Amino acid sequence: MNNAVLQIIKPGPLSLIQDLGRFGVAQFGITQGGPLDEYAYSWANFLLGNQANLPCIEITLGQAEFKVGAKNAFAICGADLRATLDDEPINNWSSFVANKGQTIKFSLPKNGLRCYLAVLGGFKIEPQLGSCASVERDSLGGLTDGSPLQEGDCLQYHSLLANQYFEPKQLSFRFQPDYNLPVTLRVVESYQRALLPNHLVNWFYQTEFEVSTNINRMGYRLHGPSIEMPTITMESEGIALGSIQLPPDGQPIILLNDRQTIGGYPKIGCVSRIDLPRLAQAKPGQKVCFVKGQLDELQSDWAMWANYFGY
Amino acid sequence: MEQQITISPVSECALLIRFSNSEPNCSLPSIIGAATEQLYNQLNHYIMNITPSVDSILVDYLPHRIGFKTLTSRIEQCIISIDENSLTSSQTHPLELPVYYHLDVGPDIKQYENKGITLAQLIEIHSQPIYTVVAIGFAPGFAFMKDVDTQLQLPRLSTPRLNVPKGSVAIAENYTAIYPNASPGGWNIIGNCPIELYQTGREPMIPFKIGSKIKFTPIDRDTFFSLGGTIEGEFS
Repeated sequence: MNNAVLQIIKPGPLSLIQDLGRFGVAQFGITQGGPLDEYAYSWANFLLGNQANLPCIEITLGQAEFKVGAKNAFAICGADLRATLDDEPINNWSSFVANKGQTIKFSLPKNGLRCYLAVLGGFKIEPQLGSCASVERDSLGGLTDGSPLQEGDCLQYHSLLANQYFEPKQLSFRFQPDYNLPVTLRVVESYQRALLPNHLVNWFYQTEFEVSTNINRMGYRLHGPSIEMPTITMESEGIALGSIQLPPDGQPIILLNDRQTIGGYPKIGCVSRIDLPRLAQAKPGQKVCFVKGQLDELQSDWAMWANYFGY
Repeated sequence: MEQQITISPVSECALLIRFSNSEPNCSLPSIIGAATEQLYNQLNHYIMNITPSVDSILVDYLPHRIGFKTLTSRIEQCIISIDENSLTSSQTHPLELPVYYHLDVGPDIKQYENKGITLAQLIEIHSQPIYTVVAIGFAPGFAFMKDVDTQLQLPRLSTPRLNVPKGSVAIAENYTAIYPNASPGGWNIIGNCPIELYQTGREPMIPFKIGSKIKFTPIDRDTFFSLGGTIEGEFS
């Protein structure tokens, strides 16, 4: 195998190197990072026969362009960003071979927000604290100190051998989510749930919220009718992935991969792990509802997912 | 040991250990710090992340490798086996951190002056106690230290600053802290510590953990500069 590079011609609004995330350092206040849509990220590696944890590019909102330095197999999964290879459309949720000098291009999103571009064997990035996940706030991961990819950056990978055969794969349509549908999120009730009055919990489940414009890799702020929150005094505590915070204005904030490690707002519980990708692909204005989930059921579904992808 | 703990699931992949104890002022931070290390050591195969805080520990685990009930009993065993007496005796010297208290690096000194507390009094009251780190978070290496003297307790700013310079020494309620890097922040800033607190290439990355004892040493302007301090950081 030879060294090759993928050159970033245009990074778009936000292109980040991500692997499954940075673990074992939360006690220092370092966040986990990792793909917001773990489902799409995992399929991208899976379609190439890669190990589950190999670094991919998370491309948010498209408008990005990459030049292929040497022949290899790639995969795209997640949002439909109208990807093309030398201006020919590439199927989403598929793997394909790109040759030296070809250009992989992404345009404005048609479905969802974030797409994962993976390469056979993964991009060669030096991990920091055990992970390549880019977190700018923590100055960790990516090519340099957690920064997003810049124009002119080069990502190394191993090229395909001259006689190496690769069979492109397409994920069945049955497993491809439609990210533009209204989102229903299952909730594992926990944390301060028992301290919240019933009328507030009922309001939470009966309200159709809207995704606000205040969304990023730290969290998604939703928008709904105003409600008075009771004052709950509590110490700061660890925030699990998907925690649903109810700040004093009652507008829920769902905390995602780049969240603060601890916080002192009351939380009604967590969005189920399996439903999080749907939220992370939702656009401002999209409708979001919550339903109460069953922990046992969600946990066994999650375990199946984890075993299938080999986490 | 005297600690009462309850363990409950918070999501498919996380559980929360809550500590409730009858005696105030006990060695809870040291126990939480020690429990964090022990859990990482003993349950490494099942655990992804441990986030200790003031009176709780969040554990991210792999439910496809271990069930909630089994993990819960392993955690209980682990925490019960921590010897409280050995923890308190192992901490003799507090970590001393130099602080330059001055309006140039501490714009909220004004708030204390408005309350009738002079800079000299502020320095004395803030640098006298030995503080205990009770939580680390918000940003890497940002340590919540207790207890700030009641005279110095102020609520967070109603509008947080968009930028607080690296090294800023701050107070909010009964906590004091140092911003390890420039960041937005809503705490009251009274000085600056020129020591690097978060360095990813260094072992350890941060010089304290939950339960660590901290003492602030007032320094003058020359010492501050000679230790690498700067007054160019912008408050906005």
